[in-house]
Amino acid sequence: MKALSQRRRHPLAAVALLLMALLVTGGIYAVASSANEAKAQAVTFTANDVEEGGKLFAANCASCHGMGATGSDAAPSLVGAGAASVDFQVGSGRMPMQMDGPQAQVKPVQFTDEQVGQMAAYVASLGAGPAIPTDEMVDASEGDPAHGGELFRVNCAMCHNAAAAGGALTRGKYAPAIDGTSERHIYEAMVTGPQNMPVFSDANITPEDKQDIIAFLKTIESQGSPGGAALGSLGPVSEGLFIWVAGLGVIIAFTVWLTSRSS
Amino acid sequence: MSSSTATQPYVPKTRVGKVTDYVDSRVGGSGIVKEFGRKIFPDHWTFMFGEVALYTFVILLISGTFLTFFYDPSMAETHYEGSYLPLRGVEMSVAYASSLDISFDIRGGLFMRQVHHWSALLFVASVAVHMLRVFFTGAFRRPREFNWVVGCVLLILSLAAGFTGYSLPDDLLSGNGLRIIDGVMKAIPVVGTYLSFFLFGGEFPGTAIIGRLYVLHILLIPAVILLMIGIHLFMVVLHKHSQFPGPGRTNTNVVGYPVGPVYAAKAGGFFFIVFGVLAAISAAFTINPIWNYGPYDPSPVSAGTQPDWYIGWVDGALRLMPGTLGPNFDFEFMIPFPWGDNALSLNVLFPALVPATIIFALMFTWPWIEAWITKDKREHHLLDRPRNAPTRTAIGVAGVVFYCIQWAAASSDLIATHFLVSLNDVLYVLRFLVIFGPVIAFMVTRRIALALQRKDREIALHGRETGRIVRLPHGEFIEVHEPVDDYKLYKLVSFNSPEVSIPRADANGKVGLVDKVHGRVSRFFFEDRVAPVTPRELEESHHDHHGEVAGAQDREAITSR
Amino acid sequence: MADSREDASRTSVTLASPGQQLDEFENPGLPPHRPRLADRDPRAEKRAERQVALLFTISVIGTLLFFVGYFFIPLNDTIARLRLQNLTLGLGTAFAMLGIGVGIVHWAKTLMPDHEVTESRHEIRPENDRQDAEKIVNDILDESGIKRRPLIRNTLLGAVVLAPLPAIAIFRDLGPLPGNVLKETMWDAGVRLTRDPSGTPIRASDVTRGSAFHVIPEGLNEVENKLEEKAKAVVLLMRLDPSELNPSPGRENWGYDGIVAYSKICTHVGCPVALYEQHTHHLLCPCHQSTFDLEQECKVIFGPAARPLPQLPIEVDDEGYLVASSDFQEPVGPSFWERG
Repeated sequence: MKALSQRRRHPLAAVALLLMALLVTGGIYAVASSANEAKAQAVTFTANDVEEGGKLFAANCASCHGMGATGSDAAPSLVGAGAASVDFQVGSGRMPMQMDGPQAQVKPVQFTDEQVGQMAAYVASLGAGPAIPTDEMVDASEGDPAHGGELFRVNCAMCHNAAAAGGALTRGKYAPAIDGTSERHIYEAMVTGPQNMPVFSDANITPEDKQDIIAFLKTIESQGSPGGAALGSLGPVSEGLFIWVAGLGVIIAFTVWLTSRSS
Repeated sequence: MSSSTATQPYVPKTRVGKVTDYVDSRVGGSGIVKEFGRKIFPDHWTFMFGEVALYTFVILLISGTFLTFFYDPSMAETHYEGSYLPLRGVEMSVAYASSLDISFDIRGGLFMRQVHHWSALLFVASVAVHMLRVFFTGAFRRPREFNWVVGCVLLILSLAAGFTGYSLPDDLLSGNGLRIIDGVMKAIPVVGTYLSFFLFGGEFPGTAIIGRLYVLHILLIPAVILLMIGIHLFMVVLHKHSQFPGPGRTNTNVVGYPVGPVYAAKAGGFFFIVFGVLAAISAAFTINPIWNYGPYDPSPVSAGTQPDWYIGWVDGALRLMPGTLGPNFDFEFMIPFPWGDNALSLNVLFPALVPATIIFALMFTWPWIEAWITKDKREHHLLDRPRNAPTRTAIGVAGVVFYCIQWAAASSDLIATHFLVSLNDVLYVLRFLVIFGPVIAFMVTRRIALALQRKDREIALHGRETGRIVRLPHGEFIEVHEPVDDYKLYKLVSFNSPEVSIPRADANGKVGLVDKVHGRVSRFFFEDRVAPVTPRELEESHHDHHGEVAGAQDREAITSR
Repeated sequence: MADSREDASRTSVTLASPGQQLDEFENPGLPPHRPRLADRDPRAEKRAERQVALLFTISVIGTLLFFVGYFFIPLNDTIARLRLQNLTLGLGTAFAMLGIGVGIVHWAKTLMPDHEVTESRHEIRPENDRQDAEKIVNDILDESGIKRRPLIRNTLLGAVVLAPLPAIAIFRDLGPLPGNVLKETMWDAGVRLTRDPSGTPIRASDVTRGSAFHVIPEGLNEVENKLEEKAKAVVLLMRLDPSELNPSPGRENWGYDGIVAYSKICTHVGCPVALYEQHTHHLLCPCHQSTFDLEQECKVIFGPAARPLPQLPIEVDDEGYLVASSDFQEPVGPSFWERG
């Protein structure tokens, strides 16, 4: 098992970082050149936020991302990554990264909301990028869950599963389950494309469509399954496992009781 | 179930007697009562799985009939207007919309859907376990070979019933399942494309397939299953049930409880128990949440798209097969013909057909294969304990492992995400295991079976370990063994242990090829064997099993009390 | 291994040839019957009787519970209410059934006679039956004369062999012949790439690096056989750094400034290959895990697919929208015999 995981990680460190560096370099260019990204800038920061964020960044992030967030061999440049990226990666506990691996794992969040905001302000000040959405933009009650469901199935379900229960990607990477993720983080994931997730810019899925998707996710998350326990929403595999272990187990217990002699 | 006539002695004869007499004098029921009323059935918990299969099938008929009243197998386009909010207004087929209506707008509809689907899973599972019981205890041997074949046919029919039903809701999950069936079908050489066009009524997905599967699912397949169940049960009655060897049980008798009242009560009550268990599961556990998947559309797909467990192994085989070897070789061959190239997709055809062919071919022919190897043409009404037929048991376990590895491969993505390993590594490991796993399982199982047999011998010869340590007068410590009683002993020693049959030369002094092969196979099967204890051996072990060791007499005095 | 062989041979030496009566244990017969508690103790018997009655009463309560769920938990469009109703109906049924089932079995186990009974097996085929049957069959054959009149026998055989053929032929109209439809899709020169499912056209500038668009041909939502066309025409659109693409000779202008479009239908058995990893540039099929590498023109790098995904040649029209420059150059989706 150990050898397995080492084997899995070893080539990836180099390749993934190289590709990440390539992508972010390209990403800055692409993001900067697309005007509609900047329109979403709704949450604003003060100069003080930027200054405090810079200090936090230097203390916690610069060892990998470099002073001035220009990137290093170990981590990509964050110039143009945008406030949304920081809010998502740090606010969901993925950054700072605990260890090198196929992808950043979710851990307990290391910073207060204020500190995350300050770091986001700092990174946003380095170059134009996706901004943190306002509360109105991610208000699930305003969206149309049925339309969101259609968009979710076409654009998201193949990785995240139709019930948002998550799924596997290649070589140890995976698309996480989405239940429990905040509306803001869902939105930010779509606009920034964290890890290997593609970017769903506003030119692809409009902010209103994104709101519909959030409405869909929050609807299915809050209502639960009408049929009882959902068994992880993993489909026929968990159902098959359940009937073999629990269903057949109970039946066998009954057959043993039924054919045993009464005392 | 069938207990109304059998429980007759328990109702007052005066009134019911008249009614039964009225019926009896017209249909001759007393003959049936005489034949079946006190028929003996042996009791063992492993004999109940066939009943589970029968009862789940009855529950499937009941719940399925309810569902047909509300389900509409049409692929016409509609917009959902039911009460499930996240799909309201979405374009879908009438079949899917009616499945949603059953789930959300018909009281008890969701419950019946869940009962139907959970029963279907349990139905196939109990058929499988029942067949494993029959295989591992040797109940397929003469005179029951034909009934074993009927059982194999029933297994295939239950798979067909399951798959056709899985597709009916016309949701995204089952639609992608049909997509895969279409892809596999198209890989069949020469006729594949035509088969696909005939099945789907044109190009995939078309508008015909759901209606066609529906007719198969509710009419043809259940009818044939019922017919086969009739034949199956007829032969069970004809042969009488087999039984495990033991005191009082011989090859020419059957020991158990009479149908009326005990067996009928137990079997009848068991129907209600199976129904109750399925109802409890359906009350509390979701199955096939079709509302999650959305309507079928060829563009989207959900992560974790799998078939139901019983088709899973074929899906797993499809996943295990590499499509390419190295950068320059792939398993799709273009065969040049005078009229042009034709494509042969072995990367699809091989995994879809070969493992299934191996398993089903061996399954259907096994009674005759084994009879040829043992050259044993006698009737067998006494079962084998699995350990007493080590090679058969090992082959069975190897088959189960072969099946289960493919089954596991069908959930490779979920294994990867739930155990935090790489999807690719999971497949590499399973590819290794699907080939070597059965071999390892065979060797390990045979060793375990032989070891258990040796343990039985040990207990038969020297008795049960009591855990009581005694110091003998001359200082030696021994553990006291307690001899088992005659009944227990008989259980341990009453079995057949075939020996290697050495091929004999014919008149010309030559050994024919078939005989040679038979000799080889026989050696493979029976070379390692543990013979049952004989009375003489038991006698010897009681008197001088430890030779001239000092204190043997003391020990003897204690162990045999 | 060696040990066990030795052991086996040693034990078989101590055995006389099998089948010898002296070397087999005698069947000791059924063990003596052991009376149950309820057989010995009238109070235990009474207790068992009450338990059975209680179980049947539980069944009655279960049935009532079902009706409570059915009539007194009205559905009101909320999932929670439906879940409660399903739970009540299910538990009601479960108690109703288990009450009866467990009750009857408990009754049979504790109160009905538990003496094991021995019945002897009959011969499956008594010898005189066999002889009688053989004679009857021979008589039937004789009287029918089928052996004596080969002309009748042979023409009957021929007729019986041919007669079922119409039953097969009549299924011919289950579907049309494939013809060429599997080799053609809706894509053609000038057909715009539009978003799935809305059908809005896509500008080249909308496709930023790292993004993935799920694409259908313009006008798909209006055609009559929409799903059949969609099953062949869906495309995945991505933008990479042009330097990361390595187009083979003749395919250099199939993309536009790093934007490439590939068929979304897996060449294995047809699932949508929709998983795009934006850093590794791999496409993964969620059904059977075939992995395709965008940097090598979607060559298979893992999994059961054998062929690369077909690429859709695209360009940009006068208004800046992405359009196909032709149909796919090879059939999309799973292989079929006539594909070549």
